[in-house]
Amino acid sequence: MALDLEMEEIFKVFFEESTEGLDVMESGLLNLDVAADRETINTIFRAAHSIKGGAATFGFMEVSGFTHGVETLLDEMRQGTRGVTQDAIQLLLQSVDCLRAMLVATQAGTPVDAPRIAAISDELAQLLASPAQQSVAASAAVAAAVPSPLAVPALATEASPAPATVTIATSAAASAEPTERPDFLASTAGWCIRFIPHPGILRLRNEPTRMFGELARLGELQVVADTATLPPLAELDPEECHLSWTLWLRGGASKQSIEEVFDWVSADSRIDYRHYPDPRAEVQPSVVADAMSAAPAAMPSEATVAAPAAPVEAATTAASTAVARPASGEQGSIRVSIDKVDNLINLIGELVITQSMLSRFGDDFELDQLERLREGLVQLTRNTRELQESVMQIRMLPISFAFNRFPRLVHDLSRKLGKKVELRLSGEGTELDKTVLEKISDPLVHLVRNALDHGLEQPEVRLAAGKPETGVLELGAFHEGGNILIEVKDDGGGLNRQRILKRARERGLVPADAELSDEQVHQLIFAPGFSTAEVVSDVSGRGVGMDVVRRNIQDLGGQVQIHSQEGRGSTIRIRLPLTLAILDGQLVRVAEETYVVSLVAIVETIQVKRDRVSTVAGRTELFRLRDQYIPIIRLHDLFGLACQRRAGDEGLLVVVEADGHRYGVLVDDLGAQQQVVIKSLDTNFRPVPGLAGATILGDGTVALIIDVPGLVQLFNDSAAGTPALAAVA
Amino acid sequence: MASVILAVDDSASMRQMVSFTLKGAGYDVVQAADGVEALDYARGHAVDLVLTDVNMPRMDGITLVRELRGLAGYRLTPMLVLTTESGQERKLQGKQAGATGWIVKPFNPEQLLATIARVL
Repeated sequence: MALDLEMEEIFKVFFEESTEGLDVMESGLLNLDVAADRETINTIFRAAHSIKGGAATFGFMEVSGFTHGVETLLDEMRQGTRGVTQDAIQLLLQSVDCLRAMLVATQAGTPVDAPRIAAISDELAQLLASPAQQSVAASAAVAAAVPSPLAVPALATEASPAPATVTIATSAAASAEPTERPDFLASTAGWCIRFIPHPGILRLRNEPTRMFGELARLGELQVVADTATLPPLAELDPEECHLSWTLWLRGGASKQSIEEVFDWVSADSRIDYRHYPDPRAEVQPSVVADAMSAAPAAMPSEATVAAPAAPVEAATTAASTAVARPASGEQGSIRVSIDKVDNLINLIGELVITQSMLSRFGDDFELDQLERLREGLVQLTRNTRELQESVMQIRMLPISFAFNRFPRLVHDLSRKLGKKVELRLSGEGTELDKTVLEKISDPLVHLVRNALDHGLEQPEVRLAAGKPETGVLELGAFHEGGNILIEVKDDGGGLNRQRILKRARERGLVPADAELSDEQVHQLIFAPGFSTAEVVSDVSGRGVGMDVVRRNIQDLGGQVQIHSQEGRGSTIRIRLPLTLAILDGQLVRVAEETYVVSLVAIVETIQVKRDRVSTVAGRTELFRLRDQYIPIIRLHDLFGLACQRRAGDEGLLVVVEADGHRYGVLVDDLGAQQQVVIKSLDTNFRPVPGLAGATILGDGTVALIIDVPGLVQLFNDSAAGTPALAAVA
Repeated sequence: MASVILAVDDSASMRQMVSFTLKGAGYDVVQAADGVEALDYARGHAVDLVLTDVNMPRMDGITLVRELRGLAGYRLTPMLVLTTESGQERKLQGKQAGATGWIVKPFNPEQLLATIARVL
């Protein structure tokens, strides 16, 4: 039971590290694209080697078998006997994908994609069988044919009396080699072994007695030591082995089992074997002389290289299989660096000290201790804050988890699209919350696909425009305040104002006569169902539009902005909170209730002046904010709160931004700005439109957290609302 | 007192497997993720047996064995090399560096224990 659990844990580690190994292989292979250096190939080889070894050890034979071919190819590259070609890299990349799928299937206990594996194995085998391989095979064959210098000729044919008992025989007796059947083996099959060890074997802790013990387990054994080479005591080096032995072993032990006993010493010691068949068979003893070089126990996995011939059509399917893999961040567990854990333990220690200090006041408190109590409480506050930060750190992962897939994606896509692209990553070490990281991956993929497909131009178009042939796609991340900023930047064609406007008018997204600023035009690409792609390729245009991207980002409490210059490229900037569990919030009071508004969403807060409020269609109130009119959202009305106010009464307008539009949220009063811990309404109650969650304030009361985009939606849907675009038009 | 085995492998799962098996058999196990780590440990501690993988980043197992043999306390310590390569060349390399012997991967726990029992 405990054993099963332990093994399961080890398996899990194996799958985790193998997945990491595949990532290492992939990024290494993509680097080979640029320059093939030895260290990179070594690293890739090592990763493959580890996966193969682990898989074989843990009994995942399909995985280890498949990896063997990959490893062999990499080994040839490493040795320099095979060139690092594009085709080989491509095949290895496919193998990595295939292995990834195999690992996922193996871990889940589902069947592997056998045709695909067979197809790729076949391609590997073909590549390995191609000319470069032949030269290797040939040299290996030569090496095998040349006898090892350690090999000894067949046993001499001198006659010698066979000792009848285990004795330390004289040198003469032992050095003589028996051809006559020794008495010991007179009536049975067996072996005669002459063992002349290398003098140094004892130093490496290879004890002949241990080997003899093992031999004795194979059959009845007789040992005769040869003392002829023993030096005088004065010259004797006690660490060296000066003896040699002749051993007789009765019974039908196989040569292999005997060789195994001498495996570790056979390389530098002389060992001759002579087999005596059962005398009843009446055959002359066959002489088997060799040094250990001829004694290789074949690796089981070697058999699998030449393995399966696959149907040809399978190869094409496999080749076109898209890179499908679980996003690396999506596993249920996270690895936390020791530093973070140590820090946490450290802080807990401090907390315990503070607690014990404070607990003394509980026993008997005297007023003159008030100052000490205050100090203690200050310390407690600090401990708690640090502890909170430290715990949050544990959930923080570098954004490289999301970025890592892009070199491959860009490699594959640019090939497919016939474009030349250089991907530049920066700020991969920037950390953010695991949940945020997981949820941002798909939108990022979408943005990168878009940039490649729609943003960057074909090489000839770029050249004609006087730009370098190779487009540059930059992906960067950095911290700014309590947020993380992610930028996807390309130097492609930029957004085409005319095309966007045309499409938007066709779709009825904007009135035909509307005058829009560039910024407003750019925002249109986030409108639902908007796409200007002239050809819906299989790269983008998969039904997930920029509206979904924006919605996903907003769900994370983030914002997305686009800056584009026609002919120069586009930059998409995503601003995300570092974590979803804690929100930098502004407390606002409406009637008797306290609400929390995310600071990120707030643009400014202003006093309402009656003369700046006008009413449209008798319902929607607009507030003139400098040169812009913004709709006023009355929380009282929306949330059905008792206390009614009219605009122009003393009140405050919290200007928020959602979907690129501004709204004024009317509140009675502003409270403190503070970090609040978000408690989910979905799990504790039920989803409520317009609310992102709840939190518990310092005084124990519950405050609801306003979901700004949701609130705007609610406002627009309500009878009082008008279409959002009215706000900008 | 239980014999102490220094297990060196860059693969965490292999380390855990080896360590789990050996501890189950009553040995004490010290783990290291590569040759550099192992050598660092060995400079300050004596062990009864070294069990090392060959292919590792930073310092491979063959180099580790060679370096260890140069340490005063490790001149006579049994050292086993874990290798997936059954090839003669690699074994010879190991021998020349001073390895006592090798275990060819993949191995099962029984094989591992039997091999260790040869030298401990």
